[in-house]
Amino acid sequence: MDGEIGNGVMKTASNGVNEYENRRLTDDEFDRYSRQMIVPGMGKEAQLRLINSRVLIIGAGGLGCPAAQYVAASGVGTLGIVDGDVVEMSNLHRQVGHATSRIGMKKVDSLITHLKDLNPLPTYTPHPFHISSQNAADIISKYDLVMDCTDNAATRYLISDICVLLQKPLVSAASVQKSGQLIVLNCPPAQQGLIDKPYPPCYRCCFRKPPPPSAMVTCGEAGIMGTVVGMMGVAQAGEAIKILASNLHKPSTSTNPSAPPSENLCQPHLLLYTYDLASGIGPYTFRAAKMGGRKKNCFACGENSPSTLTLEGIKGGNPNYEQFCGLNAASTTLLPKEERITASAYHQAKVKGELPEHILIDTREKEHFSFGSIEGAVNLPFTTLLTKAFKIKRAGQEEGKAEDILPPQAKEVSEDAPILFVCRRGLDSQEAVEKFKELGLDKGGKRKIMDIMGGMKAWKDEVDPDFQFI
Amino acid sequence: MGSSEPTSCETIPITVEFSGGLEMLFSNKAKHAVAVPSIDPVTNSPFNIGHLIRHLVDNLITDDRTDLFVLDDHLRPGILVLINDADWELEGEEEYEIQSGDAILFVSTLHGG
Ligand SMILES: [Zn+2]
Repeated sequence: MDGEIGNGVMKTASNGVNEYENRRLTDDEFDRYSRQMIVPGMGKEAQLRLINSRVLIIGAGGLGCPAAQYVAASGVGTLGIVDGDVVEMSNLHRQVGHATSRIGMKKVDSLITHLKDLNPLPTYTPHPFHISSQNAADIISKYDLVMDCTDNAATRYLISDICVLLQKPLVSAASVQKSGQLIVLNCPPAQQGLIDKPYPPCYRCCFRKPPPPSAMVTCGEAGIMGTVVGMMGVAQAGEAIKILASNLHKPSTSTNPSAPPSENLCQPHLLLYTYDLASGIGPYTFRAAKMGGRKKNCFACGENSPSTLTLEGIKGGNPNYEQFCGLNAASTTLLPKEERITASAYHQAKVKGELPEHILIDTREKEHFSFGSIEGAVNLPFTTLLTKAFKIKRAGQEEGKAEDILPPQAKEVSEDAPILFVCRRGLDSQEAVEKFKELGLDKGGKRKIMDIMGGMKAWKDEVDPDFQFI
Repeated sequence: MGSSEPTSCETIPITVEFSGGLEMLFSNKAKHAVAVPSIDPVTNSPFNIGHLIRHLVDNLITDDRTDLFVLDDHLRPGILVLINDADWELEGEEEYEIQSGDAILFVSTLHGG
């Protein structure tokens, strides 16, 4: 055991950064962290840095749960968690810090319950609401390092901007379906606007513009493998622990160039993880891509950024993150009323026997379709439909070619029988109608092509409450 | 692939990869061996990433939703390009002249969690 003694009194160093005196670890701490402290590069000093640091995890979901578990277990002194949601059954295959017995509980409370049992030593602070332009700076200012475990682009830009302004390092990860990404940003933090030498990038330096809303995919739509998002959350915790243990979370200002940023932090690597369910031999791929440093023209951290981005501005709604990410523009109605039928109207007509002979095409992916559909529906996944439509168009619309896109069951009905589309929530089905009309399959109006409004979600809500909707 | 028009110039072999969901637009395949002309036939200048993007839309894409890959003749926002595992901004972006054996990765940035 180390023979030094101290009482852990905090003193303020001349540079205004709080430093802790070297102290003896308590017996509990010594015992609990012993296996970690003897790892080369750790030791007592690194452990004390962890104990004296404050970490904020934003999002208590698939990334936040594993991230919080490992950060808490490693012995950080204070762990704050932000999330406004409650635990749902469909979270539990990946959000392993919650529990079946805690469904319906606020996620922050559920996760903290788990963490306290895992490690009672840290101080846990719940923030049981979503992060917003109004509250972000107040919350983030109380911590030394931020972990972005959120699930949408608008929040990611907000968090990064606040981290630039408050000079906090940001460990950012994201994951959808079978892919994950991870990057350390703004570390060590440098004052906004400095460009006299290489400085680390912010989120905007690396990802200047968000994708259009039509290209944004959520875990709710595309699905997510628990192990994939879990791997990213654990890796995120690893980066946070490394930064805190190495004291890289302290701002290096021009008056205090104590921590000259090393090259690999000024040009951080973006970790890309891909997992392939279909591949037997290559189960996964990791790759690391070298990113650029702070950009001179960055809106948030570049040369003129102090005039474009301020804390007061953000609180007052400038920039408008929702608008930046195009969230207000999305339209969900493409077709005129005459080309649409509600789920309940379809059902009633069918029950009364008033429905003419028709073909019903379900455009959800085959994994969704495997849980059932409307009776008589045939499956033509949207991506397959688009690929086929594209091939036909490229080959030139010769007579008969367009018919190739129809499922084989179409031959069992008369050739002018109406075609109906249904999808998950009612957008793809409308696009499918438009696509079929583009291919001339409506025969100039002779053949009706329509969609069921609101998709299988509406079918469950209006017709069949027992339907297993994903 | 190598389905570009025959020109007097030779072709160079490269690898093009798609990740983060973009592979969906390219026959659901992550990795493609592609042969591109060393000189762009339209502009008569060395074949660069900008030319490659157009080439992929003309020859390799298998999905109608080209707007998920290009918008207004440029790569759509939210796609990172990695040239031999480095951000293309370090290499000159669209101007980077393609070399034999280059590995070009297009990654859609993710936001879920
Ligand atoms: Zn920046």
